[in-house]
Amino acid sequence: MLPKRIKQVGAHLLAIFAGLVTVIPVYLIIVNSLKSKADASSMSAALPAVLHLENFTTVITVGKLVQGFGNSIFYATFSTIIGTLCAAMAAFVLSRNRTRFNRFLYFFIILGIALPTNYFTLTKVMQITDLINTRIGMVILYAAGQIPFGVFLIYGFLDTIPRELDEAAIIDGCGPFQLFFQVIVPLLTPVLVTEAILSFLGAWNNFIMPLYYLNNSANWPMTLSVYNFFGQWQQYWNLVSADILMTILPAIMVYLAAQRYILSGMTIGAVKG
Amino acid sequence: MKLRSNYPFYFTLGALVLYLVFMILPGVSGIAYSFTNWSSFSSKINFVGLENFKTIFSASGNYLLFVKNTFIFTLVTIVAKTVLGLALALLLTEGVKRMAYFYRTVIYLPVVLPMLTIALIFRSILNPATGLLNTVLRGVGLGVLAQKWLVNPHIALYSVIGVDTWAGVGYIMVILIAGLQSVPREYYEAAEVDGAGFWAKLFWVTLPLMMPAIIIVTVLNLLYALRVFDVVYALTNGGPGYATDVIYTAIFQDFSQGLWGLGTAFSSLLFVFMGVLGYFVIRFMDRG
Repeated sequence: MLPKRIKQVGAHLLAIFAGLVTVIPVYLIIVNSLKSKADASSMSAALPAVLHLENFTTVITVGKLVQGFGNSIFYATFSTIIGTLCAAMAAFVLSRNRTRFNRFLYFFIILGIALPTNYFTLTKVMQITDLINTRIGMVILYAAGQIPFGVFLIYGFLDTIPRELDEAAIIDGCGPFQLFFQVIVPLLTPVLVTEAILSFLGAWNNFIMPLYYLNNSANWPMTLSVYNFFGQWQQYWNLVSADILMTILPAIMVYLAAQRYILSGMTIGAVKG
Repeated sequence: MKLRSNYPFYFTLGALVLYLVFMILPGVSGIAYSFTNWSSFSSKINFVGLENFKTIFSASGNYLLFVKNTFIFTLVTIVAKTVLGLALALLLTEGVKRMAYFYRTVIYLPVVLPMLTIALIFRSILNPATGLLNTVLRGVGLGVLAQKWLVNPHIALYSVIGVDTWAGVGYIMVILIAGLQSVPREYYEAAEVDGAGFWAKLFWVTLPLMMPAIIIVTVLNLLYALRVFDVVYALTNGGPGYATDVIYTAIFQDFSQGLWGLGTAFSSLLFVFMGVLGYFVIRFMDRG
């Protein structure tokens, strides 16, 4: 069966090619982050002659990366906790108690997946609520942005948890909080983990919200810091590469550790419909 | 049964308040502000009727160009990501059996990276003189294909589309792989018995049965592309000239220049358009 073998080899070659095209930009960042300024100026694929590890220490101090990292972690962590908790509690009640009004509310909330943000009037809301230019403001914006998709994802998963469990728990004397946190949440774990990871990555990678709503550089997350660093240090591709690498590394690590949840979340969310 | 009291309405309040205050309220009040001259130049806000919309739809303004660019971006990314995503999905299900999961993990990687950093990396890769793309093209004797990717106003938009497709195709691929795996094997076996080749199976078995997944992928691409910002802003910031300006980069310029009434009118048009679109998508999905 020669033709079949050739097809197999051809398919692997194509897949390897696609994989290479995908990782080359990340590879470029890694090798150039270790070069001197002159060697990195063309961002070539060549390996560094000497390892310039000091690029990282330079970037960490000059680019204020510790501050940016702390801010990004703060925004991503707390918006994920608030957004996921609110979405799960809402999805639970809307899914279990399907009155006409609750059905409407569910559709009204998931309509938010399509709605664009009006940054002008949102500024006004941020001013009135005193949240503009604050860390808490960022957390709340990210949490709010996560609600529609989160409710959609968790609502779909709740159908797989039998209602008989609720009834048994209620007969045993559980109140709504006990029922939700002790019976439902443990069973929701897979979808909650998926939702939390997507939400965390979404907040970590977000650029537009801080661009609009954070003037004070002390509050900037990694993305906005990198962008401004690039604006000042464009000639130093070695430093820009090091800065970019420090920004994408946490995202890559979360991805590699949790890819099962991420890939399943994509397909639950999309294919269920 | 007192079941209902175990699903109290106040459980929904957290989500509802966040959603209403930070998404719905700005969207709806924006419609009202669309009819004003709200700006950074004056603290007074006056009703100006349809003035802002006249500016947007007038031939002298650039707004129609931004809308056109956004539509080109949307249309081409939908087609490119779906076709490439489907090709990759077929490759990693039908073509490659061993290590398919590894390839999938690699090709999905850009989806989890900040779009901003991807755009910055591609600014160096697409550099006409020293960038990797032109270097490789010259190296393999295809120097004639080397372009001023982000500088030439005729191709800059397509370069941005290319970068966006590179970054997003893994997402589409993963969804389409799930769609492919839901097609029952017996259909292919039956088609093979009838003598169907690769293309016949693709057009008469795979595509019709994957329509739900393809529709979902199209909707996701559409919702993303109409709101695209990061990749354009960091790659070209709308330039050269206005060649790559899309709706959201134009809105950011209005914001920076203090043209809040005009910008909010433009935002509101998109809000209403996408609200109606979203309504029909939800109706459609709910039935299907």
